[in-house]
Amino acid sequence: MKRFTAFVKKEFFHVFRDRKTLLLLFGMPVAQIVLFGFALTNEIRNTGIVVCDYANDEASRRIIERLKASKSFRLDAVYQDRRTIESAFRSGRIKLAIVFPAHFNDDLLHLNAAQVQVIADASDPNTANTVTGFATGIIMDYQREILGGVVLPMQIKPEIRMIYNPELKGATNFVPGVMALVLVLICVLMTSVSIVREKELGTMEVLLVAPFNPILVVVSKAVPYFLLSLVNLTVILLLSVTLLDMPVNGSVLLLYFESAILILCALSLGLLISNSTSSQQAAMIISLMALLLPTMMFTGFMFPIENMPIPLQVISNITPAKWYYIIVKSVMIKGLGFSAIWKETLVLVGMTLLLLGISIKNFKVRLA
Amino acid sequence: MRTLKFLLQKEFRQIFRNKTILRMIIAVPIIQLLILPLAADYEVKKINISLVDHDHSAYSRRLADRILSSGYFRANDYSADFGRSLQEFQKDRSDLVLEIPAHFESDLVTRGEAGLFIAVNAINGVKASVGASYLSRIITAFNSDVRMEWISPPRFNPAPLIEVVPLNRFNPHLRYPFFMVPGILVILVTLIGINMCAMNIVKEKEVGTPIRKHHFILGKLIPFWIIGMFVFSLGLFGVARIVYGIVPEGSLLLLYGFLAIYMVALLGMGLLISTYCSTQQQSMSVAFFCMMIFILMSGLFTSVDAMPAWAQWIAKANPVTYFIDVMRMVVLKGSGFSDVKGHLIAVSVMAVFFNSWAIWNYRKTT
Repeated sequence: MKRFTAFVKKEFFHVFRDRKTLLLLFGMPVAQIVLFGFALTNEIRNTGIVVCDYANDEASRRIIERLKASKSFRLDAVYQDRRTIESAFRSGRIKLAIVFPAHFNDDLLHLNAAQVQVIADASDPNTANTVTGFATGIIMDYQREILGGVVLPMQIKPEIRMIYNPELKGATNFVPGVMALVLVLICVLMTSVSIVREKELGTMEVLLVAPFNPILVVVSKAVPYFLLSLVNLTVILLLSVTLLDMPVNGSVLLLYFESAILILCALSLGLLISNSTSSQQAAMIISLMALLLPTMMFTGFMFPIENMPIPLQVISNITPAKWYYIIVKSVMIKGLGFSAIWKETLVLVGMTLLLLGISIKNFKVRLA
Repeated sequence: MRTLKFLLQKEFRQIFRNKTILRMIIAVPIIQLLILPLAADYEVKKINISLVDHDHSAYSRRLADRILSSGYFRANDYSADFGRSLQEFQKDRSDLVLEIPAHFESDLVTRGEAGLFIAVNAINGVKASVGASYLSRIITAFNSDVRMEWISPPRFNPAPLIEVVPLNRFNPHLRYPFFMVPGILVILVTLIGINMCAMNIVKEKEVGTPIRKHHFILGKLIPFWIIGMFVFSLGLFGVARIVYGIVPEGSLLLLYGFLAIYMVALLGMGLLISTYCSTQQQSMSVAFFCMMIFILMSGLFTSVDAMPAWAQWIAKANPVTYFIDVMRMVVLKGSGFSDVKGHLIAVSVMAVFFNSWAIWNYRKTT
């Protein structure tokens, strides 16, 4: 036991001596929370638009005024020539163009029917949809204004309530995702690279012939990352509660318990990767390409899983982070207890045992 | 010159000899490019809805039919028990609960007004607001249908009505991969450029190869420049064209010209990181940290326009932003040289800046 603590101490020295690696370890969660919390939104704000106004009458001008006043749009220019729209789209300055035909106001007041064309840059389909919807809303507001106070008979009035996240904050969705991502990344990447490093530099042989169980050599490498991950988890939780006003509705203890399982699972995976490679570059590329991107994709916090083709949905089930994400959402945001998440917990425990079993079985005491 | 030739030969041999790295450089990006765009589908569809009907009238059933036949919604359960639906809601099995109160039909007909209750699971804000707006649109349409049945419409519009005619330019079928594939291709090229370059150079440091500096730098940068170009071409012609049917609208020459300069900027950055690091683990950590911020701030997933001012400055100092923008403009919209001139200048400045800083720092340290 004394020898084991000595080994763990050595590993801690390795970690803390390396300032640049610490940047990743502690800088990443903080940077992610700040960026996701304050910089990245799916809202429509300041979208560039142009108006092509052949009418140039009262109605078109009043609608242009409304568009200008909207926070969603930034009016780039008003043209009188349709061809300029095309070049404006090509230059990337605008995402939407609105065309008023000649005699717009006359048609509207005399025929009671007028048309407006709304052209969206649909290379980004979702933005195109939303922006078209916003512009339509603004035009309809004008219509309502000229209609005056006409009340329609037989109204259905839906009452809509947003549950769990009434302000529709993005944070509620991504904080659990960032937690999963950071824990998996640090544990898998760091453990595998630091073990392979000893192999590559040739110091692994020295460690393996030490009068000490070889498995424990590897375990002592994992201990610092286990503890650091828990520290990171605390930092993320504190930041999201203080900076982003996130609730922690469920039991914090349960949250830590579940996180510990995920960390163990990730560490076993890191161990497995380090067993099967002998160069740091290979270990890193496997961790990054084959693990980081799938974790980002299949967790469900960036891309909705239910939209994916069925085979991908099936594959998503083997990503440990997906189950962890469900657990964190249930505990942290919905405030549910263990009875609601025992199945997910069981899956995580099963994965951990399996990975740990395989990596211990494959662990080679002799190097090639 | 001769030394450089041998160095390049050595680098390529090293890369081709190492099967893991070779496989990762070539195969993984292609697989990612095949799978990621399928997964990165933000279109909101298949919203699970729980219908709670306390009314059981002709109208309530018609409303339910109308919602379910719209194609956006999938019935999770249809009951008269709000408590059970709420449980489904907690388990994430349904995203929306629509409660139709008792006397819905009679209230609507006799009192001229009826209420509905909609609960939305808003953990995912985007999905919640899109789902709610789909549902309100359907309810409004149902409402005007009902109104039509009771009140016969006049021949002409009684009041002025504006008809909005929407048109989707450049991607009329609103296919999401068209938007994602060019962006993801950029990310893959970037990942290979920065990470591989930074780690590979530091590796030589760790091992300690004795060689002249400019030979060393060129001998390292040129192979990665070529690999980057190769992976890009493979992605553009092999995957984007054959699998997704994306044919660049604009000039290929422009695209490759931009890529050539972009790769120089990227490799300069990799070199810069390597000059500050002494172990592979360090360079990997720093490169990864930078990459993460670059990718998130590049406008790949969220629009740069919507960011606050300070974040827009970061986005402007980010080479990835420019290349993603150029890719989308040239490939999807057919933008020409004059449209991307600004981007080209920005990336050229970065290329010069990173490389000179890296070389200056390299001289200083060794």
